[in-house]
Amino acid sequence: MNLRPDPTFYPSPKLAMAAPTETIAFMLMLSPDRSRPDGLAVVDVDPTSASYGQIVHQVIMPYKGDEFHHFGWNACSSALSPLSGHAFLERRYLIIPGIRSSRIYIIDAKEPREARIHRIIEPEEVFAKTGYSRPHTVHCGPDGIYISTLGGGGPDGTDGPPGIFLLDCQTFDVIGRYEIDRGSQDKQYDFWWNLPRDYMVSSEWALPPQFENGLVPEDLLSNKYGHRLHFWNLRERRNVQTIDLGANHQMALEVRPAHDPVKEYGFCGVVVDTTNLEGSVWTWWREGGEWQARKTVTIPPQPASPDDLPELLKGFGAVPPLVTDIDLSLDDRFLYVSCWGTGEMHQYDVSDPMAPRLAGKVEIGGIVKRAKHPNGRGFGYGPQMVEISRDGRRVYWTNSLYSAWDDQFYPGDRGGAMVKADAGADGGLELDPDFFVEFPQGYRSHQIRLEGGDCSTDSFCYPSA
Amino acid sequence: MGGPIGTTAALWLAVVASGLYHGLNPGMGWPLAVSAALMERRQGALWRALAALGAGHLLAMLAILTPFAVMTVLLEWQRAIRLAAGLAVIALGLWILVTKRHPRFLSRVKPSRLALWSFLVALAHGAALMLVPVYLGLCGTEPDAGHRAAGMLMRDTLSIALAVALAHTAAMVLAGGALAWAVYRWLGLAFLRMAWLDLERLWAASLVLVGAIALATA
Repeated sequence: MNLRPDPTFYPSPKLAMAAPTETIAFMLMLSPDRSRPDGLAVVDVDPTSASYGQIVHQVIMPYKGDEFHHFGWNACSSALSPLSGHAFLERRYLIIPGIRSSRIYIIDAKEPREARIHRIIEPEEVFAKTGYSRPHTVHCGPDGIYISTLGGGGPDGTDGPPGIFLLDCQTFDVIGRYEIDRGSQDKQYDFWWNLPRDYMVSSEWALPPQFENGLVPEDLLSNKYGHRLHFWNLRERRNVQTIDLGANHQMALEVRPAHDPVKEYGFCGVVVDTTNLEGSVWTWWREGGEWQARKTVTIPPQPASPDDLPELLKGFGAVPPLVTDIDLSLDDRFLYVSCWGTGEMHQYDVSDPMAPRLAGKVEIGGIVKRAKHPNGRGFGYGPQMVEISRDGRRVYWTNSLYSAWDDQFYPGDRGGAMVKADAGADGGLELDPDFFVEFPQGYRSHQIRLEGGDCSTDSFCYPSA
Repeated sequence: MGGPIGTTAALWLAVVASGLYHGLNPGMGWPLAVSAALMERRQGALWRALAALGAGHLLAMLAILTPFAVMTVLLEWQRAIRLAAGLAVIALGLWILVTKRHPRFLSRVKPSRLALWSFLVALAHGAALMLVPVYLGLCGTEPDAGHRAAGMLMRDTLSIALAVALAHTAAMVLAGGALAWAVYRWLGLAFLRMAWLDLERLWAASLVLVGAIALATA
């Protein structure tokens, strides 16, 4: 019996940065044609190990067609919340939702190399208790596990708006909807919060008919994808303010608040500006009780010959950067921005959150560039889901976006992969030539989680100072 | 313990000791005082948070003790009241032991309502109830209670309730405040993880123990 909190729970980001180096990464494997069940891959990321950069264990699910995308831990540093924490939970279970099936797997990863299914929450339970479907982002809250969904009720997920629901952090029973007053929120993607300051921020991707069978070009060109940020009073469960980034800023995805809870700002990545194909990063902050947001990074498209472009992009004569993921280091200093279209990983110094400065860049993959890994191998797609080690020195990423969308931007099956780059203490990014995880044939890769926590899992209740 | 004076001293010691114990228990709020000071970047916030936590705790004590103070005038029921109080404390202890569930309403309290939070926590976790048998013991040591007017008696028992609540809360604030200050000033947040012991079983066991003593001595 453990009388002290899990040693992987940290009061502040600073203490988490001093934690031991991760030796294991967990990564989702998805079967894009749904011919096989999806799975969880356990990857050895210990450079001193003989199996460094290899998949050392797999958990293959019993069903097909789940479509794994994002996942998360059952518990993290938020359990040390002095207000409502469950300090004696263990960081032990991975919560993996299927965004196509609405099924949720609870994986016991206490012994990563022997990870196994602990419980399966069937879609019917999610539908019946929440009225939502297509669970997506998982965050370990102090009082339960919060899961965002992409769809509402009904077969196509458009019967009512999507939202967030809660799982009991001890039993994993579905508790019910989070929202008491959602305001005008009608789409959902990512969400995160600042616990002591008691607010939450959520973003918008699209409704299920706009993504499940591929990107709908007419909807994109008529700006029908999500383009708003919603700010919530976390404990009152009320949407208190909505900021429209402008309809041309299509698909506001990842929300990354500063990790240090003293700071009242954060970032959000926007996939594409339909007026000029730019990708952008927005900084949002609170001033005098009001939320504000401003575009602080723009990444231009790169001209390309129509012959090199997939059908979807031929008419544009350019490849958009497609900012599909962003991630912030625990010291709130470096923001990593995936440009999935152009095949670039950008590293911005965001010490001044209103004026990010490009500090490092890696080219790998890309629709047109097809830049090779330093080990000479192709990367298939572009940098996508990115995860940073707690100390900020290692950055891992995978290459698939979403089964149906991969095929529109990168036709054909090009192989799932995961790579790693080393980050300098003061910026600079370089691919590790010795780390290249190749996936089993027919599987694509998606989100990564690191043993003991990472930069998009833990939320902290105490400042770093 | 011997005579009534020894018993009285032991009971007052229990009032203060339980206050120290509650104060050191992170579940009763001292980490909130640390958090407040760090978030606002000034130590004044620590004392303000502590005052709010103490106020909530004190109110919870009074809310539980006052009805018992009023009931002590029912002299012929005294033993039954003591037995009931003992059983209630045991029941809560067992409940906490068995369920291991946190009351969900606590997670709805806003961080700005520390006094309310402290009040609810002290009620929900039985911190206030734990004092009842001790309090009843103190009332029982009043000399020749049986020969005095009910009004006088109630005034006495109410003032004992107030004294118990104040002494207990003062000890709680002192212990919690000292620890919060030490963590904020010297020990640092890393200490938080070491100091945060899982007291739930011990806490539940303390409730059962207090209840059992109450039953045995009723």
